[in-house]
Amino acid sequence: MLSLDRVTKVYRVGTFGGKELRAVNEVSFDIKEGEVTSLIGESGSGKSTIGKMILHLISISSGAIKFKGKDVSHLSGDALKEYYRNVQGVFQDPFSSYNPIFKADRVFTNVREEFFPDMQDAAWRDKVNSAIESVGMNPEHVLNKYPHQLSGGQLQRFLIARALLLDIHFLVADEIISMLDASTRIDVLNLLADLKLRGLAILFITHDLSLAHYISENAVILYRGCVAEMGATEKIFSHPIHPYTKMLMASVPRLDEKWKTGTTELTSKEIGTPEGCPYFDRCPVADKALGCDRFRPTLQELEPNHFVACYRYEKNG
Amino acid sequence: MSLQITDLKIYYQTLRGEVQALESTTFSMADGEIMGLAGESGCGKTTLGHSLIYMKPPMKYMGGQVLLDGEELPIWDMDRMNEFRFKKISIIPQYAMNAMNPTRKIGKMISELLGSRGVDFKAILPELERRLGLVKLSTSVLDMYPIELSGGMKQRMVMVLSTLLNPSLLIADEITSALDVASQKAVAEMLVEFRNQGYCKSAIVITHDISILYQIADSILIMYAGQLAEKASTETIIHAPRHPYTKLLISSLPEIGIKSTEKRLTGIPGNPPLLLNPPVGCRFRERCPVAFEKCTEAPPFIEVEPGHHIACWKEGETNA
Repeated sequence: MLSLDRVTKVYRVGTFGGKELRAVNEVSFDIKEGEVTSLIGESGSGKSTIGKMILHLISISSGAIKFKGKDVSHLSGDALKEYYRNVQGVFQDPFSSYNPIFKADRVFTNVREEFFPDMQDAAWRDKVNSAIESVGMNPEHVLNKYPHQLSGGQLQRFLIARALLLDIHFLVADEIISMLDASTRIDVLNLLADLKLRGLAILFITHDLSLAHYISENAVILYRGCVAEMGATEKIFSHPIHPYTKMLMASVPRLDEKWKTGTTELTSKEIGTPEGCPYFDRCPVADKALGCDRFRPTLQELEPNHFVACYRYEKNG
Repeated sequence: MSLQITDLKIYYQTLRGEVQALESTTFSMADGEIMGLAGESGCGKTTLGHSLIYMKPPMKYMGGQVLLDGEELPIWDMDRMNEFRFKKISIIPQYAMNAMNPTRKIGKMISELLGSRGVDFKAILPELERRLGLVKLSTSVLDMYPIELSGGMKQRMVMVLSTLLNPSLLIADEITSALDVASQKAVAEMLVEFRNQGYCKSAIVITHDISILYQIADSILIMYAGQLAEKASTETIIHAPRHPYTKLLISSLPEIGIKSTEKRLTGIPGNPPLLLNPPVGCRFRERCPVAFEKCTEAPPFIEVEPGHHIACWKEGETNA
């Protein structure tokens, strides 16, 4: 449904913008209908940047994003509005997504003004009510209230309901449950699972591996703007191949087993060249003989639907 | 017993009345214990932690006693507490990333801080350098400004700083929540190492992430809406909890190995009560699946097995 083709984002940094920072470096992946794809990475890995590029909140430096076969990387005007009927996003902080001066339902009114100016009041009310019910809330309890009168979980579900008003096909969920409490976050997560069954494709951006495993079919592991490993969630979690993924899996706090000590590498040893593997300086199995410091490994399909970018694990190598 | 808290009660003074953030709290901690303090946001865990060291208005002391190593802490007296802060009881604040003065080099800031406590920086420098090595920071960070360090490095720096005078009790408030998993693990392991080395005698680790506590804590105290719900050893809380809230909370945690398509986890219906006018009795009553008439009285926090305390009429009853 949505595919990214060598999408890159370059920021100009430094006093006069003389330096380049590649926040996202030639990232390609596809998301199919009715599937949740998790985008996993630490802070600064570029995962939110990818979400924002899909939502057209920031421009793409090079590469292309295709939605249902059509290039949507440089839309504007009516075409962009049409795109937003299909693709919407929900973000991390539900409290700052609302204007505290207005009632929370204003997010619905905005949608009506923009996209459904001709709809009758009664029909609109039914539509709003059914959207709120589909996110598991009772419209009588939550409508006509100010943001501070609702809990974080309710506000977050409100935003999902807002997206559903548009009959969307693709949802970018950027860390949407990291600010919610344990007892309510699972409800929002289950809601995403329900939406998936209705055919919605979801890009689930997270840094929490257990949540990603719970919800998604596919996972993309991002490190410094580059895809380290991607494929079926099962395969990545049951036998991670990339050294970075392995380190991540070993660091996840689990409830069924304790950490093994001495698996975290904090100090970087040797700095590679900018053209080398982004993980070179922290990698325990890096080898200059393989060219880890000079060339960036490309993604190789090691088994069906399991891609890894690492020289150490290349086929026949 | 390193820490003994009896009937501690902390409210917040607001224009609309008193927020009953911490209700008659009684518990104790053994020497060398790392106790996890967990609960949802607004359950009073940070209030409890902060009240022990810095009772900043609108926080209001309503009664109760805190004994640290047998000595009473005058927690209601901001000035008298100065004797204890940093030396006997210390804190790693939430968002420790922003806890350091951005206009001072780190070494200068530490020296000023020590000076204010009457400790000679030069004398303590070798020990400081040794501890920096332990958290894998080079001594050159002392000549840097906080902005030059990454989030994980700042967190480790503050950890060394907070424990520099070997406090008896260390309060670690959400020290891992803003870090990525790799630094999270490193910081958590370092905390255990600090305890093992005796840099702090015991520690309270405040967090909402129970899986971290399972990795490092000896015991876990679960709070709900300003009341203590359950305290037991880590194994017991995770594998054999008895309070209905703990049970529901633990069962709602997604773990690696569980998929939404195979096993649906359920949340806890409802929301925590507002603490401005909280319901009388057990505050979990309205969301509790086993609540009955007696729950309109506040349940006492009783020991049902050695080291296992719960505040629940139902569970307490089956035991009596």
